[in-house]
Amino acid sequence: MSENFIYSTMGLYFGGTILALTYLVHRSEFISKFSFSVTGLGFLCHTASLVGTMMATGQVPLMTFKEAMSFFAWGLVFVLVIVGLTRGLQVLGAFILPLALLSLVSATLAPVKSGSLPPVFQSVWVHVTLSMLGTIGFAVAFVAGVMYVLQERLLKSKQFNVLYFKLPPLDFLDSLNQRSILLGFPLLTLGILAGAVSAQLTKGSYLSWNPEQIWAMVTWVFYLAVLLGRVTAGWRAKKAAYLTIVGFAGVILTFVGILMKSHQPMSLL
Amino acid sequence: MNIIVLGLNHRSAPVELRELLAIPESRMGEALSRLIAYPGIQEAMFLGTCNRVEVYAVVERAEWGFRKLEDFLVSTHFSLSSDELLPHLYRYSDDEAIGHLFRVSASLDSMVVGEPQILGQVKEAYDMALTHQSSGVILNKLVKKAISVGKSVRTNTRIGEYAVSVSYAAVELAKKVFSNLKQRVVLLVGAGEMGKLAARHLVSQGVKEVLLTTRNHHRALDLADRFQGHAVPYEELNSVLPRADIIICATGAPHYVIAKEDIESAIHQRMNRPIFLIDITVPRNIDPGVKDVDNAFLFDIDDLKAHVGQNQEERLREAEKAEKYVQQEVNGILSWVRGLEATPTIVALRKKAEDIKHLELEKVFNRLGEISLKDRMVIEGLASSIVNKLLHGPLVTLKTEAQSQNGFAFIEAARRFFELKEQDIQVVGNEESEETEIDIIEVEEVSEETP
Repeated sequence: MSENFIYSTMGLYFGGTILALTYLVHRSEFISKFSFSVTGLGFLCHTASLVGTMMATGQVPLMTFKEAMSFFAWGLVFVLVIVGLTRGLQVLGAFILPLALLSLVSATLAPVKSGSLPPVFQSVWVHVTLSMLGTIGFAVAFVAGVMYVLQERLLKSKQFNVLYFKLPPLDFLDSLNQRSILLGFPLLTLGILAGAVSAQLTKGSYLSWNPEQIWAMVTWVFYLAVLLGRVTAGWRAKKAAYLTIVGFAGVILTFVGILMKSHQPMSLL
Repeated sequence: MNIIVLGLNHRSAPVELRELLAIPESRMGEALSRLIAYPGIQEAMFLGTCNRVEVYAVVERAEWGFRKLEDFLVSTHFSLSSDELLPHLYRYSDDEAIGHLFRVSASLDSMVVGEPQILGQVKEAYDMALTHQSSGVILNKLVKKAISVGKSVRTNTRIGEYAVSVSYAAVELAKKVFSNLKQRVVLLVGAGEMGKLAARHLVSQGVKEVLLTTRNHHRALDLADRFQGHAVPYEELNSVLPRADIIICATGAPHYVIAKEDIESAIHQRMNRPIFLIDITVPRNIDPGVKDVDNAFLFDIDDLKAHVGQNQEERLREAEKAEKYVQQEVNGILSWVRGLEATPTIVALRKKAEDIKHLELEKVFNRLGEISLKDRMVIEGLASSIVNKLLHGPLVTLKTEAQSQNGFAFIEAARRFFELKEQDIQVVGNEESEETEIDIIEVEEVSEETP
């Protein structure tokens, strides 16, 4: 049942993505409303699928990498829906939806790992949820960074095209970038701590020095530097945009690392 | 005689070229004198704005005149070669030239159709020509008419209402860098009209603070009063740069007043907070190299032009109305110009004299009652003789002087002396004019021979 929901979700997100990308280069405002509706429908299907899985297994569906990626996609679209409803920032869809779609597709490609986990593993979802929420913050920062770089290039090259008119002002994007990291960073910090505690409980050590953990630490340090650099060294505007794009590459590498060995339950542990 | 215009504008040439051709006010007199010193150029006017450089002239022959004006433009700047310049020039003569002047004055040829500055700029150019005595009967009449056409277009169409000015474009651009202008500090450098307009637009958006600086500090104080801002001594320009989020530069200086290094250092001090710069002047006042500084966003007049390209539908509709009106006015003034050729004036003068002669003879014959045919012929001969002898001098002078440098002044003078009204002067086409020419010669010959 929830499988069907996931495929409908993917189809709808795909449609929403295509429409959102068309909106970027087309003057029509109708396309954005259409895209938003399709995405909204996809979000409802996605939510139904998550709830369905939870009801069926009796567990929070955040135990495996597959589920984490699905949740990541869900969170991104949630942000998009909220921003679309409150700020009317339609252009965001074209940048967030491809990311959400990619994440959902990689979730379905990941090998299925289900069944119940030993009781000690039950607390894993806290670590996964917090880490994923933090990552969603970084993803939004990444998207803001990409939009900043695009808009900055358009302004510098004086290309006053459709995209230029649709992209928000630079200082808005810079502040969205900063706020997303400010929100994501503490969540990731808590997520890592929760992971360390879980690891201590299950494996007897906080850190096992596997590549994903090292990458996670590197990412954490990197974002800390980005936050501090803004205040102390003026790492804002263009520099901040590029840094968050690079930083998110680190996040993606971590995910790829996990995906490689995702036959294990949440290997961030 | 031809009326010609040679020039370039925002559509035909880039700003780099336009600014090379700009002539500062101090050198205008010399430039205009040089223009009318060319033999065959009878009148001239130089119109230079941010968006156009045009020379209007009354010349003996159009083709020849264009070549002289090209020489003149190439010689305005030492680094300019004719190969660089010529492809960007447009050339209009006679009705097209007049039409162009009217369209320019009516703001139909402006980068922003309907913008109000151009009318004042045409007036200024005309004042310059008057001051330096480079204009004459024809340009005086044409430019005055152009200004009045410009005014009526503004009052009779809604073209001005839709004029999304360049300064408005500046505000729109600023909003793509700063979402909220209310927290921003604006620095206005110089007191150029366009700069003040742009500053006014920004202030109306409610900026946090306005800083002003001009070379003449009293002027800055005066401006500060009007903008409720703070005047900054010109020497301290570099030290206030880091405080400004938006810098508008509109000085009359023929060189850069803000260098790339100044902005680099300002951005550094602002810890990479972006600066938005508008350079509204030609020649430019901000080093174009600033475009390469990270987090500095510099826009010159051409960039604003590119930005203005939207939402022109309404303006275009009003512009169509204005175009029709301008065309009517061009046709009206054309008959005046054609009337300025010697022939129609001579014809009208002869006709007027003949009419008076016939009228007076009629009166005399009525009063005398019955007289012999011989007496009647003697009296008629006397009248003709007086008329012909009196007109002989003026007609010969008109014919010869019409070809000279001040020909139109003579024609205009003749028309005023003899009170010839515009409707009396029948404009003749090319084919007919030869016949009329012969006619007059015959009349003159008769007058010579009449005892």
